[in-house]
Amino acid sequence: MNAALSCNDTPDDTLAITLSGDWMLANSLPKLDPVLERLSTTPKPFAVRFEATALGDWDTGLVAALVAIRRGADTNDVLLDDSGLPDGARQLVALAFAVKEREGARRLKTHSGFLEGVGDKTLRVLERSRDLLTFVGELVLSFGRLIRGKATYLRSDLVQYIQEAGAEALPIVSLISFLIGMIFAFVGVMQLSNFGAGIYTADLVAVAMVREMAPIMTAIIMAGRTGAAYAAQIGTMKVNEEVDALTTLGMHPIDFLVTPRVIALIVMMPLLTMYGSLMGILGGAAVGLAMLDVSLVQYTSQTINSVGLNSLLGGLFKSVVYGSLVAMAGCQQGMACGNSAMAVGESTTRAVVMGIILIVLSAAVLTVIYINLGI
Amino acid sequence: MQQDDAHIVAEDITIAYGDFVVQRDLNFTVNRGDVFIIMGGSGCGKSTLLKVMIGLKEPSTGEIYYDGAPFWMSDKASQEGTKRKFGTLFQSGALWSSMTLAENIGLALKQYTSLSDAEIREVAAYKLMLVGLAGFEDYYPNEISGGMKKRAGLARAMALDPDILFFDEPSAGLDPISAKLLDDLILELRDSLGTTIVVVTHELASIFSIGNNSVFLDADAKTQLANGNPLSLRDDHPNDVVRSFLRRGVPEASAA
Repeated sequence: MNAALSCNDTPDDTLAITLSGDWMLANSLPKLDPVLERLSTTPKPFAVRFEATALGDWDTGLVAALVAIRRGADTNDVLLDDSGLPDGARQLVALAFAVKEREGARRLKTHSGFLEGVGDKTLRVLERSRDLLTFVGELVLSFGRLIRGKATYLRSDLVQYIQEAGAEALPIVSLISFLIGMIFAFVGVMQLSNFGAGIYTADLVAVAMVREMAPIMTAIIMAGRTGAAYAAQIGTMKVNEEVDALTTLGMHPIDFLVTPRVIALIVMMPLLTMYGSLMGILGGAAVGLAMLDVSLVQYTSQTINSVGLNSLLGGLFKSVVYGSLVAMAGCQQGMACGNSAMAVGESTTRAVVMGIILIVLSAAVLTVIYINLGI
Repeated sequence: MQQDDAHIVAEDITIAYGDFVVQRDLNFTVNRGDVFIIMGGSGCGKSTLLKVMIGLKEPSTGEIYYDGAPFWMSDKASQEGTKRKFGTLFQSGALWSSMTLAENIGLALKQYTSLSDAEIREVAAYKLMLVGLAGFEDYYPNEISGGMKKRAGLARAMALDPDILFFDEPSAGLDPISAKLLDDLILELRDSLGTTIVVVTHELASIFSIGNNSVFLDADAKTQLANGNPLSLRDDHPNDVVRSFLRRGVPEASAA
């Protein structure tokens, strides 16, 4: 039987609410508006009482309705006589009101305007940049301690970070670099053959890979792979109070957790980048040799002559810069992580986004500097 | 063995997050060899007060004195020196997950002593034996149960033979028997090593069985309501909130 509710004014100035049917959450429940409206219209009834003889099964559906009615009665100073209700329901309602609502605990929904939102976000960006700068400062101090032999870290940790950031990244770096090399070679062959300069595909691939693409692609791979891992590892340690445990022992969490990770990435990035360049050139050669009418010897010597030492060193320097930025973004987000599982996810996301933004920004700056220096 | 001299003194401590004041005007003294209980309802700032005491969070005003020397006003180096005399057991154990139990315990020894690796391992094994985890040296934290993590965390907190041991909710998440064993261990440490012990808890069973001194924080008043031996607070304190807390809300007439 469906839940139903009706209310009538009785001659003794009381509002009688008649409940009938099965008041289950799974059924459709009647609206309380007529009752609440009656409670707030003058002349107000002196009291409310309930008729529940026809009430069937009930669960939270009924209790929630009763709570709402009681609240309505309380705000309108109407007495509530709950003797007509089943015992269980009466007790549950009493329990709901047993502990007074803590003052100021209820959250008021605030709507902030568009401008306020923009301002808020801007201020937060400023704050984040300041946090990042502070972090860089702490990292520099930590390197100072490391050089003076005063930093505590586990050599086994460092070795493990190097393996994770280095050897274990080889497969993905191989795949991406090889494919990028092939793509460049395709473009080169299609365009340069128009001028009968197809052989310069070798130069295009080699210079592009060594100077720009290998450093930037490897860095982006490392941002998604290692930077994210750093943020998640350190963030989880923060949530577990493991970072606090280090601090209370008088050790610097930065020395122990951050510096070895940054070193691992700074050391491994140039190696991975060199390897990536090589894979890219191989990928380009595969396409070039298949599509162009040149010999292996010709293609090889063309490649070798195209890449000077400056280009190589320039590319490697870029990779060191990108690597340190990725590691710093990851570790900084990890250290700034909040105290929940959600926060770890957020800081991981931010680590990757921030890492990629920093890579691209520094790539632009470095390219301008290189051009001015004539490298 | 109860020497009645002040080991830790808190003076007018106010703790706040930004503008939000958690607790204000806290004043209490922990004597050497006390088991000092920081108690109060959930969310009243007990753990935050502990953070202030172990040097993780600076109080907005006030000062903590250890052996008469101010902590927060002193420079970084002497703060580090004072902190080295603390051992802390965090709520979840907070063992470093990438290290074995022996390495967890050995890290501080490696850092602050000139012991050889073999000696450090010996000490770590001994500390694990003390907490009933003999033979677990090479286990990683994720391979042992919650209760064992707590005990291993205690072994790590004891690594440097601290003067003061801090416990953040030691019995949270433990079954009654393990909680009792941990309580016994705390008393044992106090009696045999003379360690001063500070415990954050709201477990009444623990409070009465181990505590001989306490401070009661209240979330509504945002300050301490009582200070002293928990048993006498329960029986004699004038404030209803304190008495009712210590009696699980049971009115006095029927509490006997």
